[in-house]
Amino acid sequence: MNLTLKVWRQKNADTKGAFVTYKAEGISPDMSFLEMLDVVNEGLIHTGGEPIHFDHDCREGICGMCSLYINGHPHGPKAAITTCQLHMRTFHDGEIIVIEPWRAAAFPVIKDLAVDRSSFDRIQQAGGFVSVNSGVTIDANTIPIPKVIADEAFNSATCIGCGACVAACKNASAMLFVSAKVTQLGMLPQGQPERYSRVQAMVAQMDAEGFGNCTNTGACEAECPKEIKMTNISRMNNDYFSAKLFREEHVHEHASGE
Amino acid sequence: MSEIKQTLNSSLGKKLIMALTGLFLCTFLIVHLAGNLQLFKNDGGYGFNVYANFLTHFPPIEVIAYILYLSILVHAVYALVLTIQNRKARPVGYEFTNKSPATWSSKNMGLLGSILFLFIVIHMNDFWYNYKYTNKVGYKEYRTDLATNQTTSSVYTPQTADFENSVSTENNVEIVRVKDLQARVANSFTSLWYVIFYVVAMGAVAFHLLHGFQSAFRTLGWVHRKYTPVVYFIGTWFFAVIMPIGFALMPVVYYIQSLK
Repeated sequence: MNLTLKVWRQKNADTKGAFVTYKAEGISPDMSFLEMLDVVNEGLIHTGGEPIHFDHDCREGICGMCSLYINGHPHGPKAAITTCQLHMRTFHDGEIIVIEPWRAAAFPVIKDLAVDRSSFDRIQQAGGFVSVNSGVTIDANTIPIPKVIADEAFNSATCIGCGACVAACKNASAMLFVSAKVTQLGMLPQGQPERYSRVQAMVAQMDAEGFGNCTNTGACEAECPKEIKMTNISRMNNDYFSAKLFREEHVHEHASGE
Repeated sequence: MSEIKQTLNSSLGKKLIMALTGLFLCTFLIVHLAGNLQLFKNDGGYGFNVYANFLTHFPPIEVIAYILYLSILVHAVYALVLTIQNRKARPVGYEFTNKSPATWSSKNMGLLGSILFLFIVIHMNDFWYNYKYTNKVGYKEYRTDLATNQTTSSVYTPQTADFENSVSTENNVEIVRVKDLQARVANSFTSLWYVIFYVVAMGAVAFHLLHGFQSAFRTLGWVHRKYTPVVYFIGTWFFAVIMPIGFALMPVVYYIQSLK
């Protein structure tokens, strides 16, 4: 396969970037998208050019490190996969592929296609945990949890924090990510004691990071590689309003648990 | 107090305000349509004019009306604030247009809302400001024979400039004198451009509510496996289909009648 790539190149966070066109020639349809970029980078290195910088780690779709906004879709045009799981057979020979970094004020570009997603880490650190040590392993049936609740919590827990939701959202809102993290703990018994302080702390941090506001377009849900559902956002809203308007837990009571 | 302020200033708090004002405006539309259906009555505007007079002279309705105007402004101002914040959240845009699947209405709420705001300004100027604060709207007198329940109408010219309305009974005949808003409605809808503008605005209502109604419930956190489909059904068929068609029929029917 021969392809034309339009890639965003940016030296560092302080310089202005621009698109540079590259030819990707002799690409196997069985390569993953990242392997295709590896081939292009190898060519760049041999000709003395600067290789394209992009994030990647496990390359098996579970770490949440790879990103890339490919032809108008975070993680490319296929549903429910990360960029590393996207194969070149998805594209046709001679296609022009536009590759951009995630675009959000809270995700500043580090270099080329790599963005700084530490804002997600700070949201997690604000409350996305259970403060009390779980102790020794207890019998599985000691705390009964209804199957639907367990399933929902587990589905939310599959979020890998890649940021595709922010990249897809027309408002660059992080609410799908934050709500998945809030729900995952808030639905289970172990997460209950901190349920209402957690949601306040995490939403406050999300706002402080400068993400946009959700308008329920549903783009995040459609692009999420782990198919996190938008119902999480409503659950987070419910918990948040409940916490703020009807409960007595304060946001600062949570931070002491760290 | 600062706690409440902080809540309402958070991202979710601003969305809460959008949802609550939006839903309040939705409930208003039901009342507005129900009342205005009297425009279709063939009674020389009696029902409609008495209704309009009641709305503008009954104090509790006056209070709700001002809450309504405030809601429109708050809804619009918060929409603007949120939009500016959302734009700031993505200072550098994408080169390739976002292809993520999302409904057209959900992506164009700002445009639809702007059309509606323009519509509300023009609509309120024509039928609210001119009705309440100017003398551009004439008067009509309705004489109802209480024995036979027959109503006749005639144009009434008040003797003083500050005349508002009167109800009196003499010789078993009830005389009601009110401003003739129906005549102004009929007159406005003789203009084809005006009718087209109204129909377009009702199209904007349809698409705005198609997304807005269910979105408000999502924002409030009222999502439920059993009830969310009901919300979608009401939002689609009642608020995005029946309601705008009902409103749009008024200018269209009056325009067709004016052609005769």
